[in-house]
Amino acid sequence: MSLRWDVLAAIIGMALATYLCRAGGYALLRAFRPPPFVEAMLAHMPGCIFVAFVIPTLIAGGSVHLAAGAATLAVMMATRNITAAIAGGVAVAWLLRGG
Amino acid sequence: MNVTFTRHGFARGAKLALSIVPGMLPFGVVVGVLADAKGLSFLEITLMSALVFAGSSQLVALELWADPAPILAASFAALVVNLRLAPMGAALAPWLDRLRGWKLWGTLTTLVDNSFAFAVADQRAGGRDAGLLLGVGATLWVFWVASVALGHSFAGLLALPPGHPVFFASLATMIALLVPIWRGKRDLLPWVTAGCVALIVHQAGLGQPWPVLAGALVGAATGAWRDRRR
Repeated sequence: MSLRWDVLAAIIGMALATYLCRAGGYALLRAFRPPPFVEAMLAHMPGCIFVAFVIPTLIAGGSVHLAAGAATLAVMMATRNITAAIAGGVAVAWLLRGG
Repeated sequence: MNVTFTRHGFARGAKLALSIVPGMLPFGVVVGVLADAKGLSFLEITLMSALVFAGSSQLVALELWADPAPILAASFAALVVNLRLAPMGAALAPWLDRLRGWKLWGTLTTLVDNSFAFAVADQRAGGRDAGLLLGVGATLWVFWVASVALGHSFAGLLALPPGHPVFFASLATMIALLVPIWRGKRDLLPWVTAGCVALIVHQAGLGQPWPVLAGALVGAATGAWRDRRR
């Protein structure tokens, strides 16, 4: 089982870059108290991040992804059970692809 | 806010994480299979999963992998793909502000999209136990490392083509998590704005993280502007 120095260096570089992202946003906020507008923005940030991630990916996936996404949302709203919602979405994607 | 950090919160987080593990496993397996195809050893890919623990950035880095390893390109890819995590950490300030030392910086080590979403939903439902965030993150970490290792070990036997329906699971997880985050009508304007801006940036041909960052920032700014005008 090998561990090459160049691979290790790349992994450490990736790990440091990722931790900078994970901790950096909060560290900045802790160091400098933000103006009220930024505080108001942060309250809206969670939902907006997810919507901004989901919409382009969903639309790029075409009608199959749109239908599967709608099914996921419907099951989640009806049951509030995330495992069921994921299973419902994947099932619809599977059926529509004829897989 | 009176924030605690308990074993009970950690356990509740771990239980939440288990509910989405089935959706995450195929993704980890694919990363493992790809790592094998790119010539990484079991030890190397396991070390990467354990230290980086961010699926999409590992996928992007492995796509551009070469021999010798692309140290700068892989690090830069990780930085760009994971930039979306920076505003998540900032948005969790109501909990994180009450933590210090390893509880704060250690919890941030495990921050991923799903632990963020569960934490925000719990926070909005009145939850005050920040141990939940670490509970979700640490549990997902264990299954992430294991599923990638599994994919690497059985790379020859598993044939999951890129368009396979099981990959819809990771997107479905995010869609389902929108339901507990929704706070009612006041979220409509910022969410629609975020979705439209992200779509426009995506259609303009810019890859991740630009659609997410632009959509999230413009959407949140629109919401903040509306709130402060009232």
